Amino acid sequence: MSELRGRLASWDSVIILITVAVLAGASIGVENFGNSTNFTFLILDLLPIALIALPMTMIVITGEIDLSVASTLGLTSAIMGDLWNRGLTIETIIPLCVLIGALLGAVNGVLITRLGLPSLAVTIGTLALYRGLAFVVLGDAAVADFPWTFTGWVTGTIGGGPIPNVLILLVVLAVIFGVVLHATPFGRSLFAIGANDQAARFSGIDVARTKFWLYVVSGAIAGLAGVLWTLRYSSARADNGAGLELAVVAAVLLGGVSIFGGRGSLWGVLSGVLLLAVLQNALRLQDVSGQALNIVTGLLLIASVLLPNIIAGVRNSLHRRRLRAVPAKSL
Amino acid sequence: MRIHTTRALAVATASLLTLGVAACGGTSKGDDNGAAGPAATASADPNAATREGLKIAFLPKQLNNPYSDVLAGGGEVAVGELKGEYKLVGPNDAAASSQVSYINTLIQQQQDVIGIAANDPNAVCPSLNQARQAGIKVVSFDSDASKDCRDVFINQATTQGIGESLAKMANELAGGEGEIAILSATPNATNQNAWIKVVEEELKKPEYSKLKLVKTVYGNDEDQKSFQEAQGLLQSFPNLKVIVSPTTVGIAAAARYVSSSSYKGKVAITGLGLPNQMREYVKDGTVTKFALWVPADIGYLAAYAGAALASGQITGKEGETFTAGRLGEYTIAANGEIVLGPPTEFTAQNIDQFDF
Repeated sequence: MSELRGRLASWDSVIILITVAVLAGASIGVENFGNSTNFTFLILDLLPIALIALPMTMIVITGEIDLSVASTLGLTSAIMGDLWNRGLTIETIIPLCVLIGALLGAVNGVLITRLGLPSLAVTIGTLALYRGLAFVVLGDAAVADFPWTFTGWVTGTIGGGPIPNVLILLVVLAVIFGVVLHATPFGRSLFAIGANDQAARFSGIDVARTKFWLYVVSGAIAGLAGVLWTLRYSSARADNGAGLELAVVAAVLLGGVSIFGGRGSLWGVLSGVLLLAVLQNALRLQDVSGQALNIVTGLLLIASVLLPNIIAGVRNSLHRRRLRAVPAKSL
Repeated sequence: MRIHTTRALAVATASLLTLGVAACGGTSKGDDNGAAGPAATASADPNAATREGLKIAFLPKQLNNPYSDVLAGGGEVAVGELKGEYKLVGPNDAAASSQVSYINTLIQQQQDVIGIAANDPNAVCPSLNQARQAGIKVVSFDSDASKDCRDVFINQATTQGIGESLAKMANELAGGEGEIAILSATPNATNQNAWIKVVEEELKKPEYSKLKLVKTVYGNDEDQKSFQEAQGLLQSFPNLKVIVSPTTVGIAAAARYVSSSSYKGKVAITGLGLPNQMREYVKDGTVTKFALWVPADIGYLAAYAGAALASGQITGKEGETFTAGRLGEYTIAANGEIVLGPPTEFTAQNIDQFDF
């Protein structure tokens, strides 16, 4: 019973409820929000953020961060354009780009786990480095003549219906990541590392190796996001996805993951991603300016950090009051 | 044991990705990809009545950019004359993909006309074609989208005309010889790059043989970065005579730097600027000459072209004509281009006649 109350009062359940409420409100109150075309647009808009948020959730739970993801996306996009110009087939390019993403992630992993450097510093460094390399690869050119079969698939829906093709990919990956994080010993070890990595090390968890592979996966997913981004906008460019890393981190924090590690859930994060995207989409349909969207996002973030503390504070004071109400004898 | 899980995760991810990619023969560059937008099918009726109550939306490269604001302001005036509903939307940043979700929103809102200054000619294409399939007329202005995904393009001046004008001003200000440099917007700005290319071509001509373009730098249309880049240019090239900045943000930042430095009077700043931003630098002698078309007229013409499209007076074919309010009659050139006219040069003599 108290277990249930604890769940209900935890932030990720709150954010899921808020998201459902906002979704319902927008469907009823905002003209053109609930139709299938708009649903497709919504999913396409949140896709890169949602994808990158999957490994980012795991990384932040272990108490680390990866700010290089958007630059990895940009660099893979640039490489994709360059390889296409060189005449490689798209079927070769796509897995290659994911592999390159994984390699870029491995560079982060080596610097952080082998050399013991702080992940914030390393990934800010590779954020700049990878973006710079993207411009070296493609310069100011944009490559746009990708095959319609692929660009059409990314922007298309299943059988022309309401469900976008890319949603299937997102759901499959989200389920895999969700199961790994919340239902395997490996997932539990991530929480343990985030809570106290010394203790985790003494209980036999190979902390360095775990973190290394998380960065590899993060890079691979960023590479995949780069491929999808390029195909969606049919434009490979060095500046693709600039600034996206902050949108991802915002969604992860909004979803109730503690920036200090050790706490959070993937479902909360995915709700966070959805909530931000729905707000953007609905407010835009109501002709609210982009600046106002930023203000809303900022307030939400601050609230998401404040509210759990307030909830915890209230719960503690209730708990103390209950303790005081118990006669001393019975203790 | 644990590691196997992560590895499995990595392998699962990778295999999933390759799963979607059936390797049958493969598709590479140059293979036919038949993705064309809706072709102009209807025929124009020049005598059709101009529709009233048209919903005309403007989507500049980004909001809160003084230049975009003036442009859209001209559109607003025209929409008022046309008795339509004017709307201005746009992203906060000028990234290639930022405009796409705004286009999608305008489709949902069932606008009649979208006027767009494209951040990237291709990134907006799929969405614009979706808009056109939904019966929305698309007018690009300032920075063109691919010609397959818009009906007409309002060209403020031909690329050739602007580039020639920039080269001519630089040559006059350098006194016919010496080092010049360019301070541009972003490295991938469609229009800036096209103008710079023309300037480079012009400089190959014999009359410009003594001019030397030493460097092109990019201030990304950010005031601070443009300021620093202008400063950097003068530090790297002490003999620089002219900085040419084909962007309003860049020219103002460069002029501000030079006016407050020892280079004032030694280094000329020219390019494309807004009279209101440049007035003080013209008055204090930092800047003697710069040019621009009258931007409000671009938005004004775009709105009228959109209304003519939505009323069926034009379809975007070469040779069709329409009347754009106080600007008079325009004829559509090849590829759906409508040219506004030559750029205006601003000097101490005439700058006070302009307020934008």
